[in-house]
Amino acid sequence: MVQKLDTLVETASQTAGPYVHIGCMPTYAGIPDIYEVEIGASPISDGAKGEIIEITGEVIDGTGWALRDAMIESWQPDASGLFAGQEGADPAVNGFCRFGADFESGKFTLRTVKPGTYKGRGGVVQAPHISLWVVSRGINTGLQTRIYFEDEDNSNDPLLNRIEQRPRVDTLIAKKTGEGKYIFNIVLQGDKETVFLDL
Amino acid sequence: MKDLGPLIPRNRDAHPPALTPDYKTSVPRSPSWTLLSMESTPSEETGPRFGHSILGEWDNNLIMNYTKGKAPAVGERILVHGRVLDENNRPVPHTLIEAWQANAGGRYRHKKDTYFAPLDPNFGGCGRTITDENGYYEFLTIRPGAYPWPNRANDWRPMHIHFSIFGTGFGQRLITQMYFEGDPLINLCPIVKTVQSRGQIEGLVAPLDMSKARGMDFLAYKFDIVLRGRRQTMFENKLEGM
Ligand SMILES: [Fe+3]
Repeated sequence: MVQKLDTLVETASQTAGPYVHIGCMPTYAGIPDIYEVEIGASPISDGAKGEIIEITGEVIDGTGWALRDAMIESWQPDASGLFAGQEGADPAVNGFCRFGADFESGKFTLRTVKPGTYKGRGGVVQAPHISLWVVSRGINTGLQTRIYFEDEDNSNDPLLNRIEQRPRVDTLIAKKTGEGKYIFNIVLQGDKETVFLDL
Repeated sequence: MKDLGPLIPRNRDAHPPALTPDYKTSVPRSPSWTLLSMESTPSEETGPRFGHSILGEWDNNLIMNYTKGKAPAVGERILVHGRVLDENNRPVPHTLIEAWQANAGGRYRHKKDTYFAPLDPNFGGCGRTITDENGYYEFLTIRPGAYPWPNRANDWRPMHIHFSIFGTGFGQRLITQMYFEGDPLINLCPIVKTVQSRGQIEGLVAPLDMSKARGMDFLAYKFDIVLRGRRQTMFENKLEGM
C-alpha cells in the first residue's frame, strides 16, 4: 500500500434534462417573477464599448434536426480582452449569457460585444473568441466549445492550431452574414461535427 | 492579472461517456470525435461571479418562494444541505448553486411537461443560493415525486433534484442530479447508469442526515458537491492564502 492522496474526485455530471430552463432560465420556462434578478439575461449593458454583434444558430443532432430544448451559456472578455472583475475591464460587460434554442424553431440568438484578444499564460495571444457550454436532454456531460470569427486573424491561435484535421477548424468559426451579424451552428454529430473541448 | 493557476484536467472517467444507448436520446446527441485537450486558458480559469445582492429573501426556500411566503407547497418537507469542495479538498466559498425539481406528484412547472400529475399552485420548482465562506449551502424544499418518462416503455426517474454549480472558473461548470438514499428506482434508471463507476453513482446519492433534521418540521439530506480544482505548485505561483 501507499500513502493516501488527499484529493477528491469531481462529482459526476448528469444530463441537464429537458426542463433545465426551470432552474437556469425560469422566465423562459414560463415562471417569470420567481427571482428579482435573473442571471445571464445579457452579457452587456448599455454603453458597452466595442462592436455590438448578433450571432444566430442552431444546435443540430446527428440526424440534422435542430434541438428545441438545448441551453447554452457563453463567457467572454470585453472588447479589450479583459474579463469582468479584472482591473480596467469595461463595467458594461459582465461577459456571461444564457440563451435557449427556441422551443418552436430551434434557433438561438446571442447579442453581445465582439471580444478582444488577450494574452494567456506565457504571453501567448489568443484570437478573439467566445466560450460556450452546451447542455440539454441527451447530453450527459456539458459540451465546451468556442466561437471564433472569420473576419479576425486566427492564424496564431494556440487552440485552433492544435486541431490536426484542418477542415475541422472551420467548425469553430462564425461566418459573417452582414454588418455585425454572424451565423454559428453547433453540430453534435456527423459530417460537420463541431470540435468540442476538454480544457 | 493574477494567475489563479490552470484547472486540473478533467478526469473523464468520473463522468458518463457521451454515448449511452440505454438513455436513448444520447444516441443522436453524442459527439463521436474525441475532445480537443490542452491546458486551460483564462477563458476557462475565469468565470462569472455573483454576489449576494442578486438573492431575494425566499430564493433558497422552494416551499415558499413561488408564493413569496404566502402559502406553502404540498409535500414532505426536507432540508437539503452540504458543501461545495474542489478536488484539492478545499471549500468553494461564495459560489452560486441553482436547483430545480418536480413537485411532490412528479410534475414540473414547464411549458413542455404534460404529465397528468397535477401542478401544485404553490410550487414553482426552482431555487438558488450562494455558498458561505466555508462552502456551505442549504435549501428548504419538498421531496420531489418520481415520474415516468418516454425512454423504454416503463422507465421512471428516481426522486431527484437537479443542481447547477458555477465555481470560480467557467471550466468548472457542472450540472448534476442528487438522488435520495434508499430509493429503489436509482438502480433501475438509465440516466443514473450513464455513470460507469459505482463509487461515482454513490457520490450522487444523498444520505438521510438526522443531525440536521428538525423535529415536527423537516427531514434533512446531505449532498456535498466536488468541483474541478486548480493545479498549484510551490514553484509556479503562490498557494492561495499564503
Ligand atoms: Fe428531472
